[in-house]
Amino acid sequence: MRRWNGRMTAVVLFAAAVIFLAAVTAAGFGFSEEALVTDFSRKNLEPGGAYLFGTDWLGRDMFVRTLTGLSMSIRIGLLSAGVSSVLAMLLGTMAAVMGKTVDSVITWVIDLIMGIPHILLLILISYACGKGFKGVVIGVALTHWTSLARLIRGEVLQLKEALYIRMAQKLGMSRWKIVWKHMLPHLFPQFLVGLILTFPHAILHEASITFLGFGLPPEQPAIGIILSESMQYLAMGRWWLALFPGLLLVLTVILFDVAGESLQKLLDPGSAHK
Amino acid sequence: MKEHLIFVGKHAVRMLLLLFCVSAVAFTLVSISPIDPLQANVGQAALGSMSQEQIAKLQAYWGVGEPPVERFFAWAGDFFRGDMGVSLLYRQPVAKVIGVKLHNSLWLMAIAWTLSGLAGFLLGVLAGLREGSILDKIIKGYSLLIASTPAFWLALVLLMIFAVWLKVLPIGLSVPIGVEAAGVTILDRIRHAILPAVTLSITGIANITLHTREKMIEIMESDYVLFARARGESTWNIVKNHALRNVLLPAVTLQFASISEIFGGSVLIEQVFSYPGLGQAAVTAGLGSDVPLLLGITVISAAFVFGGNLIANLLYGVIDPRIRRGGARA
Repeated sequence: MRRWNGRMTAVVLFAAAVIFLAAVTAAGFGFSEEALVTDFSRKNLEPGGAYLFGTDWLGRDMFVRTLTGLSMSIRIGLLSAGVSSVLAMLLGTMAAVMGKTVDSVITWVIDLIMGIPHILLLILISYACGKGFKGVVIGVALTHWTSLARLIRGEVLQLKEALYIRMAQKLGMSRWKIVWKHMLPHLFPQFLVGLILTFPHAILHEASITFLGFGLPPEQPAIGIILSESMQYLAMGRWWLALFPGLLLVLTVILFDVAGESLQKLLDPGSAHK
Repeated sequence: MKEHLIFVGKHAVRMLLLLFCVSAVAFTLVSISPIDPLQANVGQAALGSMSQEQIAKLQAYWGVGEPPVERFFAWAGDFFRGDMGVSLLYRQPVAKVIGVKLHNSLWLMAIAWTLSGLAGFLLGVLAGLREGSILDKIIKGYSLLIASTPAFWLALVLLMIFAVWLKVLPIGLSVPIGVEAAGVTILDRIRHAILPAVTLSITGIANITLHTREKMIEIMESDYVLFARARGESTWNIVKNHALRNVLLPAVTLQFASISEIFGGSVLIEQVFSYPGLGQAAVTAGLGSDVPLLLGITVISAAFVFGGNLIANLLYGVIDPRIRRGGARA
């Protein structure tokens, strides 16, 4: 058998993270009905055998609610991070390829977006969209592309000087054909890693904005809603309402980070020997 | 000197232009909102029982139905003269509301910003110096964990531990309940600010620690450090003479760029601790459709962020002489 190495660890970590996240997402679908069931015969139970995370003041099972909320968060995260990374790829490449005017406009927009504190911009966008699901997705998608776009822009600027790109130019290939045939394949790994590393931020910001009351509506069992409701019961000693949902959220975010970093390791030829 | 002034002037003009754009974007966003301020604040039931004149009066108060472009220029013109309008929820001039809230938030953020900057830098240097050691692993693990933890949940957990279980710190607000304003001592204020400030500092540390660590590792592997070792310099001397200056530059940039993060964190944390600061005011304004206040807070906070970036740009020159020479020409 081959000796165990860093790359194999990365593969295992990546697979474990993906399986866990897929399981949580799937579980959320299965439990979506159960998460809304109220039962006053079992309210305010501490965590234990039957109810792993305890129950709340309406007798709702917190474990089921947490899973449903996380599943929602992951789906919103996937959607908004996906839109955000495609936007980053598009604008980053455009800035680097389409000349000075486009470049300065896009850089200006990036500076503009980075100038408003994220949370405040999210509040503004969510307000503009009338709050709710749409507001969260649009808000998170529009605020998270900037750093990846900068990265891609820098990479493309460097690529433009590469010999094979210059050769393609001399051979008379059109600008967009070069981008499509020669640059995109080169940028793809970076795009993929950027996409996965955007998830954690997207999920955290979704939870934050929902927590503040600008995100998902209160009847939805979202993580932000669960945590903001738990605030009223903290002083009464119902610690489990806040502790476990939050812990699971942290775990999810970490796993996305782990998945992204392992993928980065696997795709980066520089770490092939590790 | 003259070149230096031009450099500063160019950045300042750029900053002002950006601020203008920020206000325009923010204004556009709030004016395309489908949220009816009357519905949000007065409620459907109350509206139904009102006469037409009363509703018209309320509509005029909340600015419903005026053309947005005219409103923007009226608002921006007043803003430049220093009149930010009147907050609709607090019924006081926006400048005054922001002044009071900013005063509460500012020292919270200042403490957190300084603490997290210093601690983060120190931890980063320590971890980078001993890459792969147990200390490094602990520091790195801690930073990664904190980076994945939502600020408001951390605030909730700390609140549970220190205010609900141990009962050593107050559960919220910036002053004790039921005490006259004159009777509030500075000690009370400090006691109420401890938890928010600590939470904010803890969340701020992660980023700067990780970046400083990376940079430090890079520097310790460089040729000039190798040469210094060969000359027989001690580790402390290497750090003092060679590493610190080089690692300080990215750290300073990052710390000034993190003003936006600290601000975002304070919005969440103030909400948890019911701390009457700027962040809480922003949330209240957003939920209650208080457009003048929301716009005022956006512009003020953007000014802080751009100001931070400007200072970072200027400090480059102070720390790194190479940029000083190159920067003036650029």
